[in-house]
Amino acid sequence: MTLELASSKETVTARADSPFAVRGLTVSYGQKPAVFSVDMTVEPGKMTAIIGPNGAGKSTLLKAALGILTPLAGTVTVYGKPVEEQRHRIAYVPQRASVDWDFPTRVIDVVLMGLYPQLGLLGRVRPVHRARANDCLARVGMEDFATRQIGQLSGGQQQRVFLARALAQGADLYLLDEPFAGVDAATEKAIIAVLKSLRDAGKTVVAVHHDLSTVAEYFDNVFLINTHRVAEGSVAEVFQANHLQDAYGGRLAGAQMDALRLS
Amino acid sequence: MSGSEFVPLSLVPMLTGIFVAVACALPGNFLVLRRQALIGDAISHVVLPGIVVAFLLTGMVTTWPMLLGAAGASIIAVLAIEGVRRLGKIEAGAAMGVIFTAMFAGGVLLLEQSDTSNVHLDVEHALYGNLESLIWLDATGWGSLLDPEALATIPVELPRMAVTLLFVALFTALFWRPLKISTFDEGFARTIGMKTGPLGLGLVIVAAIAAVAAFDAVGSIIVIAMFICPPAAARMMTNRLEHQIAWSVLFATLAAVLGYVLAGYGPLWIGLRDSVSAAGMIATVSGVILGLAALFGPHRHRGTAAPTA
Repeated sequence: MTLELASSKETVTARADSPFAVRGLTVSYGQKPAVFSVDMTVEPGKMTAIIGPNGAGKSTLLKAALGILTPLAGTVTVYGKPVEEQRHRIAYVPQRASVDWDFPTRVIDVVLMGLYPQLGLLGRVRPVHRARANDCLARVGMEDFATRQIGQLSGGQQQRVFLARALAQGADLYLLDEPFAGVDAATEKAIIAVLKSLRDAGKTVVAVHHDLSTVAEYFDNVFLINTHRVAEGSVAEVFQANHLQDAYGGRLAGAQMDALRLS
Repeated sequence: MSGSEFVPLSLVPMLTGIFVAVACALPGNFLVLRRQALIGDAISHVVLPGIVVAFLLTGMVTTWPMLLGAAGASIIAVLAIEGVRRLGKIEAGAAMGVIFTAMFAGGVLLLEQSDTSNVHLDVEHALYGNLESLIWLDATGWGSLLDPEALATIPVELPRMAVTLLFVALFTALFWRPLKISTFDEGFARTIGMKTGPLGLGLVIVAAIAAVAAFDAVGSIIVIAMFICPPAAARMMTNRLEHQIAWSVLFATLAAVLGYVLAGYGPLWIGLRDSVSAAGMIATVSGVILGLAALFGPHRHRGTAAPTA
């Protein structure tokens, strides 16, 4: 009895400190839940991968937690407070394919969107804002593309622009939805370098990730989901054959498991 | 043409046409980018039953009851479209198609069954409006613009459209950033705390106000054309939204002026005796501008992705 009390107390403090804590989140698109009663507690100052098969609710989890979708149930806290009070501390990078890149705007204008919370409805864009936007573009290696129309960029370049916009927000918690989907190898390297530098500066990074072969190299922690939460913890603890089989079922062949060199 | 002829006959319809065109083109830019351009079409059709009901209730063709009827009908239509879209889980275009054809057809039936023979309320009026009838009787020349007595008799459609345009322009300027950000990336807009639902509804309501105010003066043809043609043509002239808005205002103004002049004098120039409907000609000119932009605009191709870096 006392043991249980102690452990639940511990969970409560972990939750209060957590940059991103989800409790009982349930989302449904129709009859079937896409995410069912999921708990997640992200460790501060770490890079966490959200892993799971297609349709496991990885993106849905992030979207519902941020209020882009309306969940059926659940609570989300960011650094111990409701999301609504902490929006200024969150930067979200949507899936690249979720927007129309033919939209008539330039690279620099997209990055400046990240400064909207500071600028407000009518605040003037001053040289200091432009300098900040250009600086964020330089951090993702896109400083030479500032005045390009966004439709003229490659997929990898578009993804970097999205990351630059998130950097401009100056957040403490970065939530990224499939940041490496359909990007070239150079972009993948550039993005992971930026994310690691954020972590090293004490920020928290959570990314929906689909490439199992790079999980151990890129991330500190793993959150395994298949509609339900499967497992959560450090890569060493969670990224194991038994947990992966639980999450992916028969969809991971033996050869793939071997390729991941898991025990 | 001298001022003594131009001011009483052509100034008011021309200005009204310009105000209507620009008031519709401004929200049209966002509607086109949001793939909601048909909402203008929908609204300009659904106002018909609203106007007929207002006429049946009051028995008069007076402005305010008709405008209220039109506004009521468009609000019902916007809500019904949203309802059909959500409950039926179908795309917005299909929901609009269902609602506006049904409501327009209902309006035509109501109109037929009601005794409107002695008033100028008919389907043709609803489509073409009557821009040419906006004659400023008391005007004698340019000087009348400074004469309070003459100004008092200026057709009410002109100041009403001027106020509508001012309102639409203020809305666009004030909510420029949220409109741009949420049109480009709605998910991101929500995560920075924007209320994208009310904002989208606000845009549609502003478009509805422009459509309803314009409807009485110029009919639905111009309204439909101006929501789509100038913004779509402007998109092919530039890759920046700020410039696209400026081009769309220019194209809308050009269509209104050229259309009005061509309708009045075009037939004379080719030896015909009667003029043609200004509303029809303005809409046609906007379509020609769109065609030319599609053929020769510098940015008519969708952005092609550069090879992977």
